[in-house]
Amino acid sequence: MPNQSSKQVSGWGRFPQFKHRVFTPRTASDLHSFVKNNDNPKTIGFGNGRSYGDSALSECIIDYRQAQNYLIDFDAQQGTFTCQAGVTLDEILKVIVPKGWFLPVTPGTRFITLGGAIAADVHGKNHHLAGCFSEHIIELQLLLADGTIISCHKNQQPDLFRATCGGMGLTGIILSATIQLKAISSTQIQQTTHKTGNLQETFAVFEQNQSSTYSVAWIDCFAKNKSLGRSLVSIGEFADDGSLTQTSKKARTMPRWFPGFMLNAWTIKLFNTLYYHRQKKPIKQETVHYQQFFYPLDGIHHWNRMYGRRGFIQYQFILPKKTSFEGLNVILKTIAEAGQGSFLAVLKLHGQANKNWLSFPMEGYSLALDFKVQDKLFPLLDRLDQLVLNYQGRFYLAKDARVSREVFEQGYPNIEKFRQYRQEHNMNQHFNSAQSLRIGL
Amino acid sequence: MSTLLILGAKSDIARAVAQQYAAKGYDLLLAGRSINELDDFAKDLTIRNEIKVSLHEFDANDFASHASFIEQLPQLPNGVITAIGYLGDQQQAQQDWTETEKIMTQNLLGNVSVLNILANLFAERQSGFIIGISSVAGDRGRQKNYMYGAAKAGFTTYLSGLRNRLFKNNVHVLTVKPGFVNTQMTADMDLPDKLTAEPEQVAKDIYKAQQKNKNTLYTKGIWAWIMRIIRLIPEWQFKKMDL
Repeated sequence: MPNQSSKQVSGWGRFPQFKHRVFTPRTASDLHSFVKNNDNPKTIGFGNGRSYGDSALSECIIDYRQAQNYLIDFDAQQGTFTCQAGVTLDEILKVIVPKGWFLPVTPGTRFITLGGAIAADVHGKNHHLAGCFSEHIIELQLLLADGTIISCHKNQQPDLFRATCGGMGLTGIILSATIQLKAISSTQIQQTTHKTGNLQETFAVFEQNQSSTYSVAWIDCFAKNKSLGRSLVSIGEFADDGSLTQTSKKARTMPRWFPGFMLNAWTIKLFNTLYYHRQKKPIKQETVHYQQFFYPLDGIHHWNRMYGRRGFIQYQFILPKKTSFEGLNVILKTIAEAGQGSFLAVLKLHGQANKNWLSFPMEGYSLALDFKVQDKLFPLLDRLDQLVLNYQGRFYLAKDARVSREVFEQGYPNIEKFRQYRQEHNMNQHFNSAQSLRIGL
Repeated sequence: MSTLLILGAKSDIARAVAQQYAAKGYDLLLAGRSINELDDFAKDLTIRNEIKVSLHEFDANDFASHASFIEQLPQLPNGVITAIGYLGDQQQAQQDWTETEKIMTQNLLGNVSVLNILANLFAERQSGFIIGISSVAGDRGRQKNYMYGAAKAGFTTYLSGLRNRLFKNNVHVLTVKPGFVNTQMTADMDLPDKLTAEPEQVAKDIYKAQQKNKNTLYTKGIWAWIMRIIRLIPEWQFKKMDL
């Protein structure tokens, strides 16, 4: 029997947080029999707990990491990699990088599981060229509620594949997958950072660099008026030659007692100003290790404690390209005037949307911000929701902890397909998260 | 490249030990019953660590097979760890000889039989290390688990004698005495968090202790103190207690 305990669980944002029954099957067969015999419809798989809100929270949580933690195959010639869903991207990188391979798509943390990457259909700084994680899946295996295991890919059971990638674990438990890796010849990234004075300049840098592999901007969300939208836009490419040895610095840990009041409008504003002005030249070139380029925050364990006991909300939305400029102007202005911005405001130009029913990216600009949870935050977010909808935008399930059904469904034209598919296959009788119940998925 | 033989390789502690030594570059010989169940595990270790892992069928209770088991190994390993053990049911063992015998065989006789052979080979070679996983339960007999405790006490004493004998042959013997460990064996027990180790922690402690040629390892370390106190309680008092 799997271990069962009742404990306080939350997503990475530490909001919301409540008690759940957590089942930790030790082996694959424990997991299979548990899923088959479980009759609680409020059940959801749980990986490394890095989705921010309540995507992986439910009355009954299945922590599948221990039961699904094997690497299955690595073809170092072809760059194909197969492993179970509980393996983290960090574990994968440790094996593939020394052999000259890299993840085709990676989000801003390597501490997520393969299952989580598929369920959220994560994207990275190369979305405009490489698309989402699911674009690189050769095949995946899924455990359905009745205990059957089913394989699918783009052309085999395509509906199941479209529902599962980006489907936040609501079709079943993802067991394993084979992915196509990307060849690299160095662990170093050649990075060019453009310092821009306003939103127009920021957009221009993105559009001029569409053929570069990696691009992302840190945006000063406290800047107002003619500085609104000033950013440090970083453009990157893997270096052509260099060493493939993994050198990782020892991570530091954010103390449990870190007082939330340290982060207030004043200190964050000060940080943003200093950070922006730290770079003197309009264009700076340097070579950095891939871990520093892709995963700067992974260097501080538990950085989520920084926002204090009540936690934080990461608010991420995307606007279609044609409304992005006007929309971001209005939204950034609203945020700057509210004075509740964050250290970590990230802007990114995305490529075309894929065919998955709930995948987040579409062609246009996305903005992600952290907000410390406090009473005055929620009215602000409600206002922002409406602005995002006015500009035909939508929200990212992996970050969300609070949007309403009405707000969410307007952004996803295929949401009915997803709902119907779940219903037809009885998935809605077996897998539901706090988030899926709130949004009605 | 060094090679470690793991007996009873399917247990949670053994698997954690395998991961620990694999990460340090050891090739592994994994032995146990229905060992093919470890196929996926072995493949995983191979991919992660670029080491060689092979699986070997081994029945600790079939003493007569032990010599040929060792002979058929691809090589004589640099070191061996045995994680063969059986907690058993104390209540049942009091009524039923079969259960008692099983506890004695699995925890003591099987281990002694196979280690006798390896000890001679290591002594002849003048190198090697032997790690036996015993238990704090062997430090003092308690009514709740004295069958298991007696077998483990026997094993602890065996290891101590072996250490004494093999010292001059440059073969080191480490006795491991885990306290509570969060494993399949203890899955039904309600264990206090502060006193309970995860298998990964036990494996790390074992590796460190073996590399430093320690003689006895309590893990978690606090168990050394707990058992010191428990051993100090006079017998006239201890016999009335319900620990």
